[in-house]
Amino acid sequence: MFRRAPDRNRDPVTFTFDGIPITALAGDSVAAALLAAGIRACRTTPVSGAPRGPYCMMGVCFECLVRIDGVGNRQGCLVPVQEGMTVETQKGPHVLSAELVP
Amino acid sequence: MTSITGGEAAHTVKNLADAYDVIVIGAGPAGLSAATTVSTLGARTLLVDENQTPGGQIYRSILLAQTADRQRLGEGYWQGREIAETFLRSGAQYAPATTAWSIGPANDEGGQFIGHEVGVSTGGTARLISARQVVLATGALERPFPIAGWTLPGVMTAGAAQIALKTSGLIPDGRVVIAGTGPLLYLLAAQLIEAGAMVAAVLDTTPRRNWLKALRHLPTFLTSPYVVKGLRLLRTVLRRTKVVRWVSALSAEGTGELKEVVWTAGGQEHRMPADLLLLHQGVVPNVNFSNAAGCKHVWDETQLTFRPQVDDWYETSIPGISIAGDGAGIRGAEAAALQGKLTGLGCAIRLGLIGGEDRDRHASTLKVQLTKVTRGREFLDALYQPSKAFRVPQNPETIVCRCEEVSAAQIRASVSAGAIGPNQMKVFLRSGMGPCQGRLCGLTVTELIADERSASPDMVGYYRLRFPIKPLRLRELASLPQSDAAKVAVLADLADTHHSKVN
Repeated sequence: MFRRAPDRNRDPVTFTFDGIPITALAGDSVAAALLAAGIRACRTTPVSGAPRGPYCMMGVCFECLVRIDGVGNRQGCLVPVQEGMTVETQKGPHVLSAELVP
Repeated sequence: MTSITGGEAAHTVKNLADAYDVIVIGAGPAGLSAATTVSTLGARTLLVDENQTPGGQIYRSILLAQTADRQRLGEGYWQGREIAETFLRSGAQYAPATTAWSIGPANDEGGQFIGHEVGVSTGGTARLISARQVVLATGALERPFPIAGWTLPGVMTAGAAQIALKTSGLIPDGRVVIAGTGPLLYLLAAQLIEAGAMVAAVLDTTPRRNWLKALRHLPTFLTSPYVVKGLRLLRTVLRRTKVVRWVSALSAEGTGELKEVVWTAGGQEHRMPADLLLLHQGVVPNVNFSNAAGCKHVWDETQLTFRPQVDDWYETSIPGISIAGDGAGIRGAEAAALQGKLTGLGCAIRLGLIGGEDRDRHASTLKVQLTKVTRGREFLDALYQPSKAFRVPQNPETIVCRCEEVSAAQIRASVSAGAIGPNQMKVFLRSGMGPCQGRLCGLTVTELIADERSASPDMVGYYRLRFPIKPLRLRELASLPQSDAAKVAVLADLADTHHSKVN
């Protein structure tokens, strides 16, 4: 549903989405990187389990929530994609989990 | 050369001071101009913004833009470069990738009010920072466009596509349909066509009767700078894609994702297979911050939205909190930059940095320019007022609250059951209580209740919003310093929540 402008000249960044390796460009948000890779849905809703995907791209709709490096409820459109990042579909509600304090 | 993130960029909240003279929230044209003005006049200024680089949404990624972007997005976009560069050269401190999530009164040890305390967070660490003056420059967001199927993956806002183009050079591909109303609809359609997108159709939902209402503002509009620009955009769009006018009903269909766009025009139903549907029906002030802060808001009958009440210097009903730009009412990017400067002057006089004469001398030119750039706005407001059918869903199955999946029928039924205001609706249906905190349903819920009660939206009111206005991790909250005053404030707020009334 999106393709990259041919004049876009940035360094490649590789990350995974649900285990599948994807190459994005530096400066992409996680949500933009997913759209560029043809991925439309990145979460399922807590109420009905319906698939949802990025809607506003500016941090207000919370439709692009994903799990990033094990942390749920991250807004994909506000997080820049990084080399080696692990992005996963957020299935239903974010489950509280204990985290190690760094 | 100044770096994109600013000479004094603070990438972690630990680098920020405990207190500033002014905190500006938002790095669009209004916020950048306010921060530049007030810091140049000698105020210790901090600008906090959620994005990685300055520009807000209208000038998103402007300092990373290349020649190709300038061609694609036009001179209107390129204007933002100077605003952002001037800001980075000013003495203001800049905290990019930083979310502001609360604002509350700050008192000294003797309990005297000394300003406001702003909750900010970067990369998982939160801080409370105080300022004598706070400028909210949180701008606008796209008006909710509740049609059946608008939650399907493949349906996005037109603004979202524009952001993807500005930040990542993404061009919509496949069968693209753009639908709605407003000056930005044609701007976006033209930009996407220039970028090489194959736009299958533009479905224009502007009601025919709006032309009658707008007609009396036409003479002024014809002398405004919008005319030439508008006609050029319109020509590009009309030449390069199919434009369907007087669209009276619209929906998106598909299982799991968008497959078809269905619309009614001239009494006939039409269908078109689509890979991407981009919706837009104007922008409205993003009131989450000002509402939660307790600023007084009024219903704007022309722009059909709530907006915070501000004085000549953009100060709200709460002393020390100002709102610059579209957040105080939609007037566009050029007006926002001028309003930002005027807001900065207002802060400066309250901080004692300038006198009344100085302020008025600086302000007089700005006010003349403001009148000039907003000329013709009445025409646009009247012409592009979205019709009721697209603000108050006609199909009862339409999802209104996307987060909690609440339908129009459920809202209407709950009004009959006694939920006469948006806050009762939260209790009945949880509408507006998901992570977006009513940003995508607030106006729809207000107008649905108003329609069901045959009352005015003004009487019905809006959700009473609560801090934090952006989700915080428990660890961030827990890491904040806990004074006795803070604990009392939390308890008082909880008590207030339990006793809150309709408005």
